[in-house]
Amino acid sequence: MAAVTTTPRQKIGWGSANVVVVALALIPVLWLVSLSFKTPTAVLDPSFVPSQWTWSNYTQILSTSQFIRPLVNSIGIGAISTLIAVVLASMAAYAVARLQFPGKSVLIGMALLIAVFPQIALVTPMFSIERSLGLFNTWPGLIIPYVAFGLPLGIYTLSAFFREIPWELEKAAKMDGATPFQAFVKVIAPLAAPGMVTTAILVFFACWNDFLFAISFTSTVSSRTAPASIAYFSGSSQFTVPTGPIAAAAVVITIPIIIFVLFFQRRIVAGLTSGAVKG
Amino acid sequence: MSEAVGTVAASETIEEPPGRRKPQLSEGARAERRLGWMLCAPAVIVMVAVTAFPVGYAIYLSLERYNLELPKAVKFIGFSNYAAVLGSPYWWQALKVTVIITVFSVAITLVLGMILAMVMHRTLFGRGTVRTAALIPYGIVTVAAAYGWQYAWTPGQGYLAAAFNNNAALTSEVKAIAVIILAEIWKTTPFMGLLLLAGLSLVSEDLQKAAKVDGATAWQRFTKITLPLMKPAILVALLFRTLDSFRIFDNIFILTAGANGTGSVSVLGYHNLFNALNLGIGSAISILIFICVAIIAFLFIKGFGTAAPGTDIAKR
Repeated sequence: MAAVTTTPRQKIGWGSANVVVVALALIPVLWLVSLSFKTPTAVLDPSFVPSQWTWSNYTQILSTSQFIRPLVNSIGIGAISTLIAVVLASMAAYAVARLQFPGKSVLIGMALLIAVFPQIALVTPMFSIERSLGLFNTWPGLIIPYVAFGLPLGIYTLSAFFREIPWELEKAAKMDGATPFQAFVKVIAPLAAPGMVTTAILVFFACWNDFLFAISFTSTVSSRTAPASIAYFSGSSQFTVPTGPIAAAAVVITIPIIIFVLFFQRRIVAGLTSGAVKG
Repeated sequence: MSEAVGTVAASETIEEPPGRRKPQLSEGARAERRLGWMLCAPAVIVMVAVTAFPVGYAIYLSLERYNLELPKAVKFIGFSNYAAVLGSPYWWQALKVTVIITVFSVAITLVLGMILAMVMHRTLFGRGTVRTAALIPYGIVTVAAAYGWQYAWTPGQGYLAAAFNNNAALTSEVKAIAVIILAEIWKTTPFMGLLLLAGLSLVSEDLQKAAKVDGATAWQRFTKITLPLMKPAILVALLFRTLDSFRIFDNIFILTAGANGTGSVSVLGYHNLFNALNLGIGSAISILIFICVAIIAFLFIKGFGTAAPGTDIAKR
């Protein structure tokens, strides 16, 4: 990168490329934001900027348990699933990155298989199993599949991070008399924390985003998550489409994503680029 | 090119270390083994319990006549459910739609993702801003984005419908599929771009400079140096995106709910379970989708020589 002179033409070229990327990424999101601030009359006007602004869509959805409860479910189910998945994935990823043991390639193959597994193929049998085990329409009924699908992502991302850790420290700890387990908990885990945060964000995104399991394994707001609840929004009468409230709800569930992206951009990019491809 | 060959060679050696160790399995090596298994066990148990077991159960269910509305009529009927699905035009329509969406969205996403990766990799300023903006479509809840697209294409309400003569795009099969593909592309290009960015960062700058000195044009450098070196990364990204696109559900469910012949195989499976309450047929559809995915993965790995990401993990 050193001593590369840039011409004004290059600056303009890359500048406009940047603008195009940012615009394409943000316009559909800004459209949702705009809809969420439109009054019911303004919704019927296709202009990008609302002709009449209102907060009423937000006050409407945030004052009903039809949305608040699913929002709580989403946060709770997402957080618990992420925690379990990251803990289990860290253990497996440590083994994959550091230890020699037969069956390692089976584990990796299995994780790959699940990473690309068609979720719909699980819906019918899981629906039946969850009904007979009493897990249908409960938090664990969603946490269990979320953990299972978070694990491959976690194992890949974390084993990539774990390989970057200075392992001499572990050897030093072992020389000082630490067992491999102690070396893991006392030396490696703190060093691995940044990778674990990144992995947690990616797994949380996946849980937060899920829709298929959420509409299949729940039947009431007691365990339905926010994305699923939006699909059940109804208008003030049978004949009104609740466009404004739906847009407001969509914006609300997008806010945490934007916050994570703004604060952890570097880490998320590192996690996504190191986990899947980099050898 | 030597790097690509090196990748293959390295990935083939992964099985070696355990075998080499076998003759003198010291106490330490045995402890290491045990620890390895112990650390992996919880993850393996969860993954097997949640996927392998239900799939086995689905195979069993798919051989039964099992309608939730007629619980007394459950009966083993062999492959009749499969015959019913494969003989139904709905299955073939859904499969056709799924394949069309997959092919178009993955192909276009690959090109756009490559451009995005180039911009993220080479842009002179504002790199952080570009990456942050690109992560938003990746992170946004698909359902939330899908509602945005739906209203954008609603005649009389949406800016895109207004820009296209208030055409009711979502009510015609071809146009609705085009809108679904557009929504997929917007959502998944950043992911593709980031996977390709990882491959792009492995392409050496020196090689590029040497080619430049030798008089190669930018396009020549791209096709003769960058693309061949990125081939492994491109194939992995394609494998992931293809399999992910094949299970498309959320966008279709919100945009059209599968009306007018726009349903994918996943939408078909969902409707079969929750509208027809037919566990037998639903399970047969599940198994067929699973087989399709297995075929796609097999073609990629055997046909194109895609290094499964797992082999990359074990290497080094």
